[in-house]
Amino acid sequence: MEGQKLQGMVVRRVEKELYEVFIGPQHPGSGHMRIIVRLDGDVIVEADPDIGYVHRTMEKLSEVREWLKPIPLLERMTIIDACNITVPYVNALEKLMDKSPPPRASYLRVLLCEINRVASHLYGFGIFGVFLGHSTMYMWAFGDREVFVELAEILTGARLTHSYPIPGGVRRDMPQDFPEMARRAVRYMRGRLEEYRRIFVDNPVIVKRLEGVGVISRNKAAELGIVGPNVRASGIRYDVRLAEPYEVYDELDFEIPVFEEGDALARTWVRVEEIKQSLSIIEQAVDWLERHKGEPIIPKEDYDKLPKLHREVYEKTGRVKLLPAHATMKIPAGKAIARGEMGRGEIIYYVESDGGTTPYRVRVVTPSARNAIVFKYIVPGHRLMDLPAIYGSIDYFPPEADR
Amino acid sequence: MKPEELLELLKHALGGLAKEVTVRKGYVEVLVDADSVVPVANKLKELGFDHVKSVTATDYPKESKIRVTYHVSSYLREDLAKPILGLSVDLPRDNPVMESLTGVWRSSEFQEREVYEFFGVTFRGHPDLRPLLLIPELAERRVLRKDFVVKEESIYEGVPHRYQ
Repeated sequence: MEGQKLQGMVVRRVEKELYEVFIGPQHPGSGHMRIIVRLDGDVIVEADPDIGYVHRTMEKLSEVREWLKPIPLLERMTIIDACNITVPYVNALEKLMDKSPPPRASYLRVLLCEINRVASHLYGFGIFGVFLGHSTMYMWAFGDREVFVELAEILTGARLTHSYPIPGGVRRDMPQDFPEMARRAVRYMRGRLEEYRRIFVDNPVIVKRLEGVGVISRNKAAELGIVGPNVRASGIRYDVRLAEPYEVYDELDFEIPVFEEGDALARTWVRVEEIKQSLSIIEQAVDWLERHKGEPIIPKEDYDKLPKLHREVYEKTGRVKLLPAHATMKIPAGKAIARGEMGRGEIIYYVESDGGTTPYRVRVVTPSARNAIVFKYIVPGHRLMDLPAIYGSIDYFPPEADR
Repeated sequence: MKPEELLELLKHALGGLAKEVTVRKGYVEVLVDADSVVPVANKLKELGFDHVKSVTATDYPKESKIRVTYHVSSYLREDLAKPILGLSVDLPRDNPVMESLTGVWRSSEFQEREVYEFFGVTFRGHPDLRPLLLIPELAERRVLRKDFVVKEESIYEGVPHRYQ
């Protein structure tokens, strides 16, 4: 080995009494990342999250793509939560353009966002089940997630990467029979949550592994700046849908579940309660959409520009065919920030325009990118067997963190 | 809290330290000198801005500067949870160095590493300043600066001529 040094390799001395364990990067859980853990016996004394294995230059590529094209690009960060991750980007563009979507488009966005949120939490539960050796939870959660992935497919035409919101509206209206399907899915999921509680969340084995593990106090959560269900499990009542309601969240009736304990079990409970709230929002959204049939899903000024053929397609099928002018549009110079609440927490976009056809700068900070700091500051002091419990409970997702 | 109230609060707290305060779309930007960034950050923290949401840098080659912005907000004070404050510093492009704010806001630690690798901004006093997402060789090329140009490949690139 002497003298041989591979690209990117770092060589340094380690202390003799400590074991250094490399966990990953061959997919230790929900994607490629590595945690370098130093152990004294089986107690972790230091943990260094080494991320970036799936970095895909989202910010740089956004600067060389026309304004619309980052939408299908950015949603690749979290394909399981594609609408939640693109809505704030579209909101940032709308802020720069002084444009706002018609109410029906906003309701459709919210509907898809909440379908995504349920699917994202179920995905998290599945991975969490694998981490804890509970393979039934994995099978159940992934099977039930399919219900919501299919709902999204019926609504948008794509299972995962929907590219649904566009500046000023959405790409497609809801099919006629969608509300009934959505209500069936909601009824089904409510019944399943009770079964989840019996087999997983209230299971004595699971409770023993999660209770009091990875405790993040209220002040610590604020200091580390973590987001989403993790911060709400530590007694902080922060949700973007509440702090700065975007789209039509201020017209809907829902609660923000908050727990005080701050441990892995509380983080799990927050997600269960959030699924219940999302199911209720889905019901309210389809009710509203049923009452307001035939309302526009793009602004009037955009509709007026459509040629005859495009109008016919829009009116008959509810599909918006974009004009070439959309792809090359210019956006007034300015700086804007927009944020949204994804399944895993707050996502924030900083978009700067110099008046050209491409963004001057797009900065995106995803929830997992902000949660990664937990590995460094919360994991030390725990036993090695607690690491999967903490990893699963913060619902960390490497492709989202690496961007 | 409305932007006007926030402006009043900032004027009262920062006094002459803020060079420029601008209301942008979705946040309020406060521009300060690189020397006074730590005292200003401490004052903001005392006001209740307890965490960093994003550390951003933007490269302006024409003006030969890099602007680093810390977008901060509050978790513990619910009335401050709505506004976002952008604390900005302009640094010279050929030698961008500034004090690290990890001592004030621990939550900026990983994102300062990102700005370091993508723009080459050095943060004095950062506990662990090394690349986060990129390998060291790539990080040396400061890929998010404007003079790093993304080469677009044509779909025929590398295809033997006889097939084109």
